[in-house]
Amino acid sequence: MQVRRENGWFRRRRVGLGWRPASAREPQPPAATAGPEARERLAAERAAVRARGSEPPAGEPLLVVEHLTKRFGERVAVDDVSFTVAAGEVFGFLGPNGAGKTTTVRMLGTLLAPTSGSAVVAGIPLAPGHGSAIRRRIAVLPENPGLYLRLTVSENLEFFAGLYGVDQPQARIAAALEAVNLRSRANDLCGSLSKGLRQRVGLARALLNDPAVLFLDEPTSGLDPVAAREVHSLIDRLRERGATVFLTTHRLEEAERLCDRIAILNTSLRTIGRTDELRDRLFRKTLVAVTAAPLADPARVFGSLPGVTAWRCCDGNRYELVVSDARLAAPAAARALVAAGADLLSLAEQRHSLEDVYLELVDEDVEALG
Amino acid sequence: MSLGRIRAVVRKELRDYRRNRFTITTTAVMPLVFLVSPTVTLLRISAPANAALVHRSVGVTSLLLLVVPAVIPPIIAAYSVIGERDQGTLEPCLTTPIRREELLLGKAAAAFLPSVTVAYAIYAVFALVVRAGAARAVSAAVLHAPQVLAQVLFTPLIAVWAIWVGIAMSVRARDVRVAQQLATLASLPALGVVALISFRVLAPSVPLAVGLALALLAVDLAAWRLVSRMFDRERLITGAPANRHASRTPPR
Repeated sequence: MQVRRENGWFRRRRVGLGWRPASAREPQPPAATAGPEARERLAAERAAVRARGSEPPAGEPLLVVEHLTKRFGERVAVDDVSFTVAAGEVFGFLGPNGAGKTTTVRMLGTLLAPTSGSAVVAGIPLAPGHGSAIRRRIAVLPENPGLYLRLTVSENLEFFAGLYGVDQPQARIAAALEAVNLRSRANDLCGSLSKGLRQRVGLARALLNDPAVLFLDEPTSGLDPVAAREVHSLIDRLRERGATVFLTTHRLEEAERLCDRIAILNTSLRTIGRTDELRDRLFRKTLVAVTAAPLADPARVFGSLPGVTAWRCCDGNRYELVVSDARLAAPAAARALVAAGADLLSLAEQRHSLEDVYLELVDEDVEALG
Repeated sequence: MSLGRIRAVVRKELRDYRRNRFTITTTAVMPLVFLVSPTVTLLRISAPANAALVHRSVGVTSLLLLVVPAVIPPIIAAYSVIGERDQGTLEPCLTTPIRREELLLGKAAAAFLPSVTVAYAIYAVFALVVRAGAARAVSAAVLHAPQVLAQVLFTPLIAVWAIWVGIAMSVRARDVRVAQQLATLASLPALGVVALISFRVLAPSVPLAVGLALALLAVDLAAWRLVSRMFDRERLITGAPANRHASRTPPR
């Protein structure tokens, strides 16, 4: 029998009721998916995020952000955000439009002054007088790469190499172009390049000063899938080289594929951690068993299985089991189903995507506002 | 202050100007207008003309020639910051270690070089043509030492003034065209000083020319400092000034 993973859709799962505890026959609400209880759990999660500020990453921290806040008049763009990013980490910063992602990048990139809070960027405190020193150690690729369209690719890079004061600029430019596979386009005017190629030039520019922290603000925004994949593979290569990358995006699959840890922001920080940690925190592990025909007495089959804490029947022949350990529960469930004479069509762990986590957290805000 | 960063800005700006048809047209055509008309006027003055007519005509001509360094630079300089913001290149530039004083000095220098080169070239052509073809009295008045000195000294100083006015408008305005129009208007008052000499309200002399030049130099330096202070990263990036957000000073 093959135990496979499949993507689940949180909302769909929340619609179904009729959960039963494994040890008792009386229905009970599922722990993570019932409305009030899930909200309580989310509130606790948020309180924990606020309380600890951030989870201590393994390596030396290159970004330490504490209670960073930015107000534009009465509007709060970023509210009391705290986190740390370790050296060599690819850190995803997710949130809907207007969540404050770009404002955070701009504050850490010394373009905007925080209203309150503090940060240490690449080992230098974010403070008046430190801007130039911080900018020497970081690189920022804004959403719009902002190239001089009347200049060639190499002229653009020469300009920025001059601003960073890099040694042997021609060698650095050649290496940066090599890294983004653009050496053959070095003499093309930037105005003649496609959006994807411009983004690659922007990445080459960001590599010129060998930054300690690389801020990428929605680097695949507006790119077609092929161009986006090229940018992804570039970020993968940066990770292999040990670069520290701060990636803002609202593409969840991008964050899931590229980032070691992610933070979800919606003005304030909603959660932070590894993708699997976030799933575990928000959702219980679930196995889904599908049989050829409905079981005669499912309570007898699932009621006393090891590792199964609750179960329910959906669509007649589909059973969802809340488990503490899928590797322990799946073989036991398979054996029990076979022993009960069921024709087992599939048994899979329901895997919640980052999208489920994201929607759960962001939708909570929408509901709270509503 | 890093000369390397300033040089990088100058080199980039000059490359950009060379490929910008609008800039080339402005710097090439406008000076010709200011050269041809006054030169023809002086060439048509006959030998027995009275001294008052000669002085008045030479005064007008000198003033017109100094309009070139007052008018061309603000058109270029007014684009320098707001133009970059509009095309999305300002933000990447400001994320590099460059300081605002360096960025502005680089942009000013890049606007200064073509403007002053063109202005001197126009004056040289004008002087040669007048010397070769105008009446002796006219030629003597044009090439009178204090007059020449005033032209040579005031051309770059007026250009620098006009550039800082242009950049100041560029830093504050929300639209390139508005910045260019306001900058051109605001740069003209500097010509008042020149007009006083050109029309002999102040008797032209070498000490006067040098004194006024020093005064203009002081104004230019003060303008650089003032414009640097006006350069507000936050306002340029978000469209609203930092102090309205009750923020701390942005890291510079």
